[in-house]
Amino acid sequence: MIEPGLETARIREAPLLLTDDDIRRALRRISHEIREQHPYLDQVVLLGIPTRGVPLARRIASAIREHDNTEVPVGSVDVGLYRDDLDHRPTTRLGPTEVPVDLDGRTVILVDDVLFTGRTIRAALDALADLGRPSTVQLAVLVDRGHRQLPIRADYVGKNLPTAVGERVTVQLEETDGTEGVWLERLS
Amino acid sequence: MRHLLSTEHMTATELTWILNMADEMAEVLERPIPKVPTLRGKTVGLLFFENSTRTRLSFERAAKALSADTMTFGSQGSSMTKGESLRDTALTLEALGADLMVVRHHAVGAAHRISEWVDVPVINAGDGTNQHPTQALLDVLTLRKRFGKLDGLTVAIVGDIRHSRVARSNVFAMTALGADVTLVAPPTLLPPTLDEWPVRVAHHIDDVIESTDVLYLLRIQAERGGDQVVPSLPEYVSRFGLTDERYARMSGDSVVLHPGPMNRGVEIAHGVAEADRSLVLSQVRNGVAVRMAVMMTLAGADRD
Repeated sequence: MIEPGLETARIREAPLLLTDDDIRRALRRISHEIREQHPYLDQVVLLGIPTRGVPLARRIASAIREHDNTEVPVGSVDVGLYRDDLDHRPTTRLGPTEVPVDLDGRTVILVDDVLFTGRTIRAALDALADLGRPSTVQLAVLVDRGHRQLPIRADYVGKNLPTAVGERVTVQLEETDGTEGVWLERLS
Repeated sequence: MRHLLSTEHMTATELTWILNMADEMAEVLERPIPKVPTLRGKTVGLLFFENSTRTRLSFERAAKALSADTMTFGSQGSSMTKGESLRDTALTLEALGADLMVVRHHAVGAAHRISEWVDVPVINAGDGTNQHPTQALLDVLTLRKRFGKLDGLTVAIVGDIRHSRVARSNVFAMTALGADVTLVAPPTLLPPTLDEWPVRVAHHIDDVIESTDVLYLLRIQAERGGDQVVPSLPEYVSRFGLTDERYARMSGDSVVLHPGPMNRGVEIAHGVAEADRSLVLSQVRNGVAVRMAVMMTLAGADRD
């Protein structure tokens, strides 16, 4: 495991792709798009994928609240139990799964930081199927970096970032990391 | 962690890892569909060379909640009665495709021996008078849910400590997490290796009844000779039994645990087993979550 201090030092040297301002603007735009698409906001539930999808979902909900004075419920859905790579990696710590309302018949918007291969979202869709039967499921991501391995796309994208497979997109958020930004690292 | 054989030498970090995961598993068990696909395609071999109801059912339930298949071997009506060795039985189960083995045996060290013979993770589900680590984990989980943490908690384990793998596993797990453990038993029911244990000792339940946060009761293990060293049951009850009168003297925040099977009227009074502060059924429920967490942890690829 890399120590947090070292991690931060390493990231500092990588190019900064999104600043805290960029992130704020991207999330505000996503919240507008959600409001446009869903006049009946009381049917919408935001479910963040731990770790960083959860604070992002909260921020989107609070941006919606600022404009509409509507409280969109926020929860989380962890995908650790639905991954297909248990044989290839050690069991990782699980995040919380908290569903604040009955999902049946609602519109669930999954929220994650980075959309890459699509496997995490595949796992999240499986998890959702065990938690209820939403009428619609959508996906909001802060960054879409391409390289999909499954037929999955996002409905709301903060920023499309073309990347190479050997690169890594690192998102850090105030709530989880104490700092804010999106960096591009080249893995050697 | 490759196998789970004993709680001795487990660190607070390792214990906490499993407990945290067990909390998430408990959430899974409360869902409308209490089942996740994590171990789909895996087979859990349950090798029960000694009788067991709750532990076997609990492991079975845990494996199925993770979508694993189970393969149960019971020593009654098996080739063991034809003289097959422990090693051959284990190797047979492995050849049949077990990806993980759960072993219950009357001999000390059986699960450990099997872990040396097979290439899959082994969980000790009780070996003689030695260890029963998943029982200790579920007890610790039950206490952590109730009190928030183990650190600083006073625990009195009462009864046949000498023959109890549950006591042994709990002493190490609880003290690793900072609990203060007192063993309460007649000298004949204390283990010979007591000096090496990080515990205090008392010889009368009344010494701890009013002060302890947790009263952990054990049955006398007649099948291991525990009944031979107690003069008489009424005398045992008078010094070590949790009677209604004693239950009434316990502090309002304290709780009663028992690993089962209970001998009502001996170590625990009939009514007390189902009283408000008895966590016996929570223990059973938490057992499934803890065993799911252990299987998950061991089924993942090796951690460096």
